[in-house]
Amino acid sequence: MSETLLEAEGLHSFYGSSHILHGIDFVVRRGETIGLMGRNGMGKTTLIRSMLGHVRPRHGRVAVRGKTMTGSAPYLIARKGIAYVPEGRGIFPNLSVRENLLMAAKPGIDGRRDWTYERVLETFPRLGERLTNGGGQLSGGEQQMLTIGRALMTNPDVLILDEATEGLAPLIAKEIWYIVRQIRATGIATIVIDKNHAAVTSISDRNVILVKGKVAFEGSSAELRAQPELLHKHLGAG
Amino acid sequence: MDLTTFLIQLLNALQYGLLLFLVASGLTLIFGIMGIINLAHGSFYMMGAYMAFALTSATGNLFVAILLGIALSALIGFLLEWGLFSRLYKRDHLDQVLLTYGLILVFEEIRSMIVGDDVHGVRIPEMLSASIQLSETLSYPVYRLFMSAVCIVLAVLMYWLIRHTRLGMMIRAGSSNREMVQSLGINIDLIYRLVFALGVTLAAFAGMLAAPVSSVYPGMGNQVLIICFVVVVIGGVGSVWGALVAALLIGLADTFGKVIIPDYAGLTVYLLMAAVLLWRPEGIFRRI
Ligand SMILES: Nc1ncnc2c1ncn2[C@@H]1O[C@H](COP(=O)(O)OP(=O)(O)OP(=O)(O)O)[C@@H](O)[C@H]1O
Ligand SMILES: [Mg+2]
Repeated sequence: MSETLLEAEGLHSFYGSSHILHGIDFVVRRGETIGLMGRNGMGKTTLIRSMLGHVRPRHGRVAVRGKTMTGSAPYLIARKGIAYVPEGRGIFPNLSVRENLLMAAKPGIDGRRDWTYERVLETFPRLGERLTNGGGQLSGGEQQMLTIGRALMTNPDVLILDEATEGLAPLIAKEIWYIVRQIRATGIATIVIDKNHAAVTSISDRNVILVKGKVAFEGSSAELRAQPELLHKHLGAG
Repeated sequence: MDLTTFLIQLLNALQYGLLLFLVASGLTLIFGIMGIINLAHGSFYMMGAYMAFALTSATGNLFVAILLGIALSALIGFLLEWGLFSRLYKRDHLDQVLLTYGLILVFEEIRSMIVGDDVHGVRIPEMLSASIQLSETLSYPVYRLFMSAVCIVLAVLMYWLIRHTRLGMMIRAGSSNREMVQSLGINIDLIYRLVFALGVTLAAFAGMLAAPVSSVYPGMGNQVLIICFVVVVIGGVGSVWGALVAALLIGLADTFGKVIIPDYAGLTVYLLMAAVLLWRPEGIFRRI
């Protein structure tokens, strides 16, 4: 079995007194694509934020590359090769497109520099046309591309996409999915959170469904497709 | 006003404006990027002036005193951010005002304990003590030109740092989304600590530089603080470029106000502020 890059064990997280995650186990191995699904408010974002150090879990353990990093500073976890494209717009509106990308540039954990400024612009030609524009002047789709491109500039081993296509026109969303496939093909492990379950399962190796802060299902896309009642029950999909 | 007098006043305005900029640039960064209202910022100017006095007395050389003072104030800034200010980011402005007002009192007390309450002067170093003869009766001191030149160099460096370096990009990014900066593997807390130390050092450096031309006296930071807040408001909170333009405008308004309408000279700066705010409520430049 390939190396475990990111791992949560028995994670319990709270916002104030509301108990959001109820003992979640979650693993990301090198190169795999995981679909993380669940209805609104089930704890997907909280799980990610708990693993990345933005939310300190009350119980349980987070390990990055086998090393316990529960509640570590987010920048230390990020430096271990974990990149995050957050829900909503993660761009810096007061920086130009070029600056958004350049400020993030760093080699991967093994010194790799696969993703350079030039390569990101090749992958997202639209960004190349808007280099001097302020991040805030971009369309929603372009902003999302910029956030993904910026995450790639850190040469990660794990890329977490939280609702990357939310609110985008279908054609733009399709473009994003195409790019996610490309990224996946380069061997970067990805966690994909998205409302479009068909699109998620078409690229994912494994899927996790959260219901009220617990893992309700875990299995391959084929297993999930074989149980349409699960999709209906947990995701409200057809 | 003849041309020579005008030139002298213009140079004075420039020198005063640039000095203000040094103090105000740190204030605007700390306010605009970190969201902290720091009333104690003027105290760093006072500290710098007293360091110049005490260290020049001890070492006999203003330049050595300035180098030591820079190191000392950077350290003070770093420790203050680590020990006190880093706890203020998430607090509201009232807490910030209370703490930083308290700090003014503490700093003045410490100053009183270490160097006393007397007014002091610092000698202009020999090599810069000359004056340039402009006409038969009028001359301009070389030291003031030196001050302006140093300030201009620092302003250019600041602009370059904020606009054209990756560190500057990270600093600006942090002001819009701190959490996201961290998610890129950047230790934004450390960067802010450095920015704070830089702001403190610039203010203290301004005090050191000014010490030979203005006397060194208790409470000298408070006057500067008020004018610096005017600079920040006119220039636009968080804008270093705006602080430069605003500081120069204030230098001009103050200097020529004193010449043209001496009876109301105290008002010109505030009239300028009112006029700018009517024209642009957010200041001349918006955020960096
Ligand atoms: N900052 C917060 N403070 C308090 N409660 C929060 C906070 N963020 C989220 N919650 C609550 O925690 C629960 C889980 O939220 P979370 O954002 O993890 O869900 P999600 O699965 O990502 O949902 P969505 O699909 O809407 O993004 C929800 O009930 C939400 O209301
Ligand atoms: Mg979410």
